[in-house]
Amino acid sequence: MIEIKNLTKRFAQHTAVDDLSFSVKPGEVLGFLGPNGAGKSTTMKMLTGFLAPTSGSASILGFDIQKDTLKAQRQIGYLPEGAPCYGDMTVRSFLEFIAEVRGFKGAEKRQRVAKAVAQVELDAVLEQSIETLSKGFKRRVGLAQAILHDPKVLILDEPTDGLDPNQKHQVRKLIQSLAHDKIVIISTHILEEVSAVCTRAVVIAHGKLLADGTPLELESRSRYHQAVTLVAAEPLDQAALAALPGVAGVEENTLEHSLSILAKPGEVIFPQVNALIAERGWQVKELNVERGRLDEVFRSLTRGEVV
Amino acid sequence: MSQLSVVFKRELASYFATPLAYVFILIFLVLSGVFTFYLGGFFESGQANLAPFFNFHPWLYLFLVPAIAMRLWAEERKSGTIELLMTLPITRFDAVTGKFLAAWVFAGLALLLTFPMVITVNYLGEPDNGAIITGYIGSWLLAGAYLAIGSCMSALAKNQVIAFILAVSVCFLFIVSGFPMVLDGFSGWAPQWLVDAVASLSFLTRFDAISKGVIDLRDLLYFLTLIAAWLAATAVVIDLKKAD
Repeated sequence: MIEIKNLTKRFAQHTAVDDLSFSVKPGEVLGFLGPNGAGKSTTMKMLTGFLAPTSGSASILGFDIQKDTLKAQRQIGYLPEGAPCYGDMTVRSFLEFIAEVRGFKGAEKRQRVAKAVAQVELDAVLEQSIETLSKGFKRRVGLAQAILHDPKVLILDEPTDGLDPNQKHQVRKLIQSLAHDKIVIISTHILEEVSAVCTRAVVIAHGKLLADGTPLELESRSRYHQAVTLVAAEPLDQAALAALPGVAGVEENTLEHSLSILAKPGEVIFPQVNALIAERGWQVKELNVERGRLDEVFRSLTRGEVV
Repeated sequence: MSQLSVVFKRELASYFATPLAYVFILIFLVLSGVFTFYLGGFFESGQANLAPFFNFHPWLYLFLVPAIAMRLWAEERKSGTIELLMTLPITRFDAVTGKFLAAWVFAGLALLLTFPMVITVNYLGEPDNGAIITGYIGSWLLAGAYLAIGSCMSALAKNQVIAFILAVSVCFLFIVSGFPMVLDGFSGWAPQWLVDAVASLSFLTRFDAISKGVIDLRDLLYFLTLIAAWLAATAVVIDLKKAD
């Protein structure tokens, strides 16, 4: 259990994190969302004991990060933003250093390093110095050091930033495979990632909590939730569509020659739309019911627009 | 304690991961030879001791030791690895001391490599080898004091060059604080105890005594306290500056 209570961090000119409170339970993969500068990294730095909060508290599995710093830090595997590693070390010596800091010796140390290396597929570069590695490999070295001691809490700051699509997929699979008994917090501004790996999403902007729910719940806040998108060969009667019960409006997308029929909150409009199409005998090539658009929810939340 | 040795090992190994260590040792050995034989007049003095060798150490270290110390923390901050180090379960004491000890042992290694000097003087005459050993101890303590200052300056500056210049400046102040020109500036207006206090801060008077073979407990304490104080300052500075 991670508990964050009224966490606040003020820097000289601005408030980076403003009275943030939430808690995370084991088994949850929490996606921490927000635009750049929203306070995601600052929150993570406070959670891991790197920064002291101006006020408020955070506890990791019952250990207060300010009072029981070392005990809390032992529970955490942390990938800082940009995955900093000692560039002059080889991958193996770096991971062995981390293992020793974590208190592993001899055979167990070698076995831990070998396991982490296998999990993120670093075998090929084990004897290379870290500064000669590509960005993707560096990120994986950072991940390897975070998961090496099989921590109960994983805090990953933009774990897939700068990776190619294959590597992203691999890292997400890794996070999912690790997640079942752990608390995982990942920060990201890639929204597809939230739908892909997170069981819960927290949106913050200007250091304040804006939304907290499952990715599905967030999607349902979109004005495109339950919207029906049509692609037809002929021009359709927009007025008739707009007049259907439960319809909030019709949007024309000229680029794709499609129409989006928006539903009023809580309404399901697919049957009505379908009936109208059948009645008029329209030639519809494509018909989609949308779950909602996360990026649109994100934009409207973080820029203060009405959802 | 085990964390301290892990930090120490990593840091010491990192000196030798680049050619920096070898270049540094080479420069140190060449310069200490030049100082001893040309400027110090080792042969001309006709005495079987290493005074010409040790006398130049405060000045030699003024530029060489900050060069070892400058990377200690500045590099961690620049590359962001300080965030990694500070979020690992390592106490501030272990991190600061472990890194410092690595630099100090490295300086000690360079110093030990001047052993041909000892062989030479033993070949030429019959020196007081006890005095030579205390001279080495004094020199190593002096290097430690410079390193502790350098460590603090390195924590203060993100840029290694600035860390170097700051360290040289502060070390220089500690050297000249025993000089008449500095003390004269104080003696006009300051009470005598302040003048004495400033004079007693000087590296030179302390080091002279030890390098001549006189080990006074107070001089030892002076160096050890100075090291401890600057390392404590390093820890404070790191806490203040780590997130910048």
